[in-house]
Amino acid sequence: MTETAHRQPNYLTIFWALLLLTLIEVAIAYLPWPRSVKMTSLISLAIVKALLVALFFMHLKFDRRLLAIIALIPLALTGLVTVFLLVGTSLAAH
Amino acid sequence: MSDAATVNRLPASETSTGIPSAKLGMWVFLASEVMFFAGLIGAYLVLRMGATEWPAPGALLNVPLTALNTFFLICSSVTMVLAYAAIHHRNDQRGLRNYLAATTAIGALFLGIQVFEYSKLIHHGLTISSSLFGNCFFTLTGFHGAHVFGGVVTMLIITLQAFRGRFSSDRHLAVEAAGLYWHFVDLVWIILFTIVYLL
Repeated sequence: MTETAHRQPNYLTIFWALLLLTLIEVAIAYLPWPRSVKMTSLISLAIVKALLVALFFMHLKFDRRLLAIIALIPLALTGLVTVFLLVGTSLAAH
Repeated sequence: MSDAATVNRLPASETSTGIPSAKLGMWVFLASEVMFFAGLIGAYLVLRMGATEWPAPGALLNVPLTALNTFFLICSSVTMVLAYAAIHHRNDQRGLRNYLAATTAIGALFLGIQVFEYSKLIHHGLTISSSLFGNCFFTLTGFHGAHVFGGVVTMLIITLQAFRGRFSSDRHLAVEAAGLYWHFVDLVWIILFTIVYLL
């Protein structure tokens, strides 16, 4: 199978999912929830939306594994940078 | 034709990775872009956590308008992927042209709304040098807007090529590479919208 010879996902289903998640995000932003709950919910929803775009619109789910590896390396480094920054900032604040 | 040009036009089956070189190059470029935006977002998080005061979500920014703009950008990602599907799966020239034109128009609309938002904010005294929040806001959204602008220009070129019949089900690498870039810009906005506007 070539890198493009895959079944076509239902793009409109992904679109409705992205739209629904965006509406939920905006609703959560206005809810009187504790900040930590809001943060966790909103960041989780943003990650799900980003994954939907990457997996289905960018075809990472169906494409060659090498492309997923290329995409994952900077994401792993980004995760590390974020953890270091958050820990460093917390330590500096104390 | 030079050797370099010949190599760039090799079909996927003749490259060592099985992936066309232009597509592989776009993915490597996007990987570097991930690190670029990671640096910007990391700086934003550090500055925000260290700030003594920060405006509440919606206090200065128009969240409903930007949510609508986010909806438009998601729509443009759908039209882009439908343009790719039209040429790749069905060799549908008309579908390709229409969906690419729609993607370009919606991308331009996104930029127009962003310019409108900027003008309102500047009118109310929020500029890149007025406060730490203003600096962070304009830097993050400005760099993303510059990427969208680059994407709209690219889409315009690809759309014009589509109207000249340059693409077919066997020859559409430029559409795929431009689409990857466009989806990446959408993906970055999904993260920025949450971090800058909602948190």
